[in-house]
Amino acid sequence: MIKLETAPIDARFPLMNQTQHCYTHYLEYHKCIQKKGKHAPKCEKFADYYRSMCPLEWIQRWNKQREQGIFPGPI
Amino acid sequence: MIVLEWLFLTIAPCDAAEPWQLGSQDAATPMMQGITDLHHDIFFFLILILVFVSRILVRALWHFHYQKNPIPQRIVHGTTIEILRTIFPSIIPMFIAIPSFALLYSMDEVVVDPAITIKAIGHQWYRTYEYSDYNSSDEQSLTFDSYTIPEDDLEFGQSRLLEVDNRVVVPAKTHLRIIVTPADVPHSWAVPSSGVKCDAVPGRLNQISISVQREGVYYGQCSEICGTNHAFT
Repeated sequence: MIKLETAPIDARFPLMNQTQHCYTHYLEYHKCIQKKGKHAPKCEKFADYYRSMCPLEWIQRWNKQREQGIFPGPI
Repeated sequence: MIVLEWLFLTIAPCDAAEPWQLGSQDAATPMMQGITDLHHDIFFFLILILVFVSRILVRALWHFHYQKNPIPQRIVHGTTIEILRTIFPSIIPMFIAIPSFALLYSMDEVVVDPAITIKAIGHQWYRTYEYSDYNSSDEQSLTFDSYTIPEDDLEFGQSRLLEVDNRVVVPAKTHLRIIVTPADVPHSWAVPSSGVKCDAVPGRLNQISISVQREGVYYGQCSEICGTNHAFT
């Protein structure tokens, strides 16, 4: 029996618009690794969630912005 | 009897548009089945009202034609009929509204966590599908582009403007979450037999939850004008 898992339904984002869902998980992951260091196992969960929800293009754009120091979010 | 059974087994479900088709395509998800059932409910009342109103109209035109009935009657009141013709038409929309709202709210109710998330990204003029539930980094992803097969390259038996080179494969009888978004201009991801039509709005991720109940090949087309090749001609 194969068990499939993905980002669960988040009660903070109950409607069809999941843009904030993707963005929030991305921010949560980066805040988590800032606090606990990279490769902390508890942070990996957020990474899985944002990778499931966000298009690759968006993730790559945000990563580039973070590298350049122009990411607009609260990280 | 044997011949009849054989005919039944060779009927293929209608999951793509047929020429001169009037009704919906066969339902592949509970949502589409609900939509089709609602349509049948409403259609019943629709025919009822159509026949009733047509009969009254034809009767009035027939019996009160100026040559047959030169002196018009001067009736200005009729309390009973006025009450009836107010109450009755307000009850009928209630019969329509009850199944309609039941379906509407049940469509939004997502009680079970989805098992898999698939991203359908619209481009000019193709789709990209991403399956990234099992990525271990930001780079790798199971991603592929899906182009509509041009008319000249179709094989015998394939549908025009519906077939694609790489189909998006989804597990059956599984709760899916499909995230629809575009990379450039607005598009719309539609699969009629699954009861799905979701606009792809730039900068926004739209989520739809479906559970395809039977295996098969389902077709759909972009449903929002997205440039020159939207109709792929």
